[in-house]
Amino acid sequence: MMSRIMIFLPGGLGSRMGGTLIGGLSILGIVALFSLLGPLFVDTPLSQVGAVRPRQPPGPGFPLGSDAQGRDMLAVMVVATPNTLKMGLIAGVIGVGFGSIMGLIAGQFGGWVDAVIRVIADSLLTVPAIAILVVIAGNIDRMTTGIMALTVASLSWMFTTRTVRAQVLTVRERGYVEVARVNGEGPFEILFREVMPNVMPYIVASFVGTSSAAILAIIGLEALGLGAQNELTLGNTIYWAQQSSAVLRGFWWWWAPPIVVIAMIFVGLFLTSVGFDRFANPRLGNRS
Amino acid sequence: MSRELISYLLRRFAQFLLVIFIAVSVNFVIPRMLPGDPVATALARLQTAGTGQTMDIQAVSDAYRARYGLDQPLWNQYLNYWADLFRLDLGVSFANFPQPVSAMIAAALPWSVGLLSTATLISFFIGSYLGGRLAWPGSGRGIRMLVPGMMVLSAIPYYLLAILLVYIFAVYLRWLPPAGGVSTTRIMRADWATFVDIVRHAILPIMSIVLGGIGFWALGMRSQMVSVLGEDYITFAEAKGLSPGRVFFWYGIRNAFLPQITALALNLGAVVSGAVLVEVIFNYPGLGSLLYVAIRGQDYFVIQGVVLVLILTLAVMLFIVDLIYPLLDPRIRR
Repeated sequence: MMSRIMIFLPGGLGSRMGGTLIGGLSILGIVALFSLLGPLFVDTPLSQVGAVRPRQPPGPGFPLGSDAQGRDMLAVMVVATPNTLKMGLIAGVIGVGFGSIMGLIAGQFGGWVDAVIRVIADSLLTVPAIAILVVIAGNIDRMTTGIMALTVASLSWMFTTRTVRAQVLTVRERGYVEVARVNGEGPFEILFREVMPNVMPYIVASFVGTSSAAILAIIGLEALGLGAQNELTLGNTIYWAQQSSAVLRGFWWWWAPPIVVIAMIFVGLFLTSVGFDRFANPRLGNRS
Repeated sequence: MSRELISYLLRRFAQFLLVIFIAVSVNFVIPRMLPGDPVATALARLQTAGTGQTMDIQAVSDAYRARYGLDQPLWNQYLNYWADLFRLDLGVSFANFPQPVSAMIAAALPWSVGLLSTATLISFFIGSYLGGRLAWPGSGRGIRMLVPGMMVLSAIPYYLLAILLVYIFAVYLRWLPPAGGVSTTRIMRADWATFVDIVRHAILPIMSIVLGGIGFWALGMRSQMVSVLGEDYITFAEAKGLSPGRVFFWYGIRNAFLPQITALALNLGAVVSGAVLVEVIFNYPGLGSLLYVAIRGQDYFVIQGVVLVLILTLAVMLFIVDLIYPLLDPRIRR
């Protein structure tokens, strides 16, 4: 849902916007630090099945307890967090890359190319992503994190396309593009040398939203049991906890850590996206 | 009807047909892009999974091969697929052989539609109202404290909120049932006790979708309201001496609401995606849980059927929103 916030941001949550961006980036920074430095302090092999005594509540020796399969939850978090972030980033890069190219093409060439791209993007936007992703993921024999990122990326490019296309349409009417055209630059030269640098801030801004939507979709698929079964990820941890009725049996230390980390990732991305959009569209900033 | 209205409706209808076409084709093409025939693969997987089903796999497989005409050219298969759909034939469940998939979906659909429409409408209207109040100069501190919190909450996926709610209200406090659509012992009848039971079971799932959605709608409404309140007709309405309530609802909300409807149409897909997982968490007897059970049991035709119905239901709901839109926006109706 997050990526869609980009289209109608509020007219100023006041001058606190700089603070919002900093807050969002700090939360993401904490999560990133945890994934980078965690392996230095935590014994990651403890995240394997049967490494410790199962079903231990948090206490001495098990800072976050252990799950029913005998994984140390702290070690699980240290391994799972970077795996989830990695998939989200890959899917975000691919989605934004493909989306930008489609948007640039649609905006620059117009006509039936534009019509086709726009209709496909709009139609895909209205389809519940999880439905198509379930069909794709369900038909893949051995899911890996790479394939997962690709699968999710295939449905996370449309918003970027819309944003970029709209921007290209305004940029290409500007004087300097006209000058370039009169100077005899070809359509591709104009696209990459004149238009693209001016659309760049929007592309970067939509990266935050796209990655967030991708992580949302990935965790959703994993929670349904369609993830890479051999990989430790946050979504898979939720799936296993759900499978073992961890909530009803009161093993709160099993489902709470992944939820806290996931919530931190999404809130961090949300604040960053709200703050960053202000930066990319300064005109929105002073309305209040 | 004017030319504009007719062309608007035609465009929307074309998009509706296109979504259906894409959905059906994706459902048809993806399984066939992979090596081997889909039924044999699914059955083989089912066997290796060793679920201990007592069924004649060869008979099932042959029945499917004959019905699907898997030896025919791809084009014929595609046409057959469409023909089956028009007869509401979505195949037969492997796990509950020989129950037809369409019957399983028909049993689950009312639960999902009831849950989702109630939750979405509640969160949409409360969220829009709060967003409007947040932009309104005279609103109290309570709203200014509450709504930004809800916005942050809306960044968290519904089903994670659902897990928290189950733990707090069903496991810890034991106020509400943790799972299911009705009590397992209840005989479904059209009486008050059954209704209360259904409502009690629906409260937590609805709450998780509402809590996760309010902030999102408030965020959108707020930005619309801020720009509407800057318009001259608002100043004029205030200068005329209209009561603040009247200006807020009939001059502010009414005009800021249109883009919200567009946002609702654009986001229904995301809401449904989230709700599928909420149903899984609550083991709610709707399409989401049916899909989850089917995925776990590799029940190929059930997965395909549920996915198709999800997309179609959403397309129909979107089309209804598109039809309502001209009633609200006179510029299209003209």
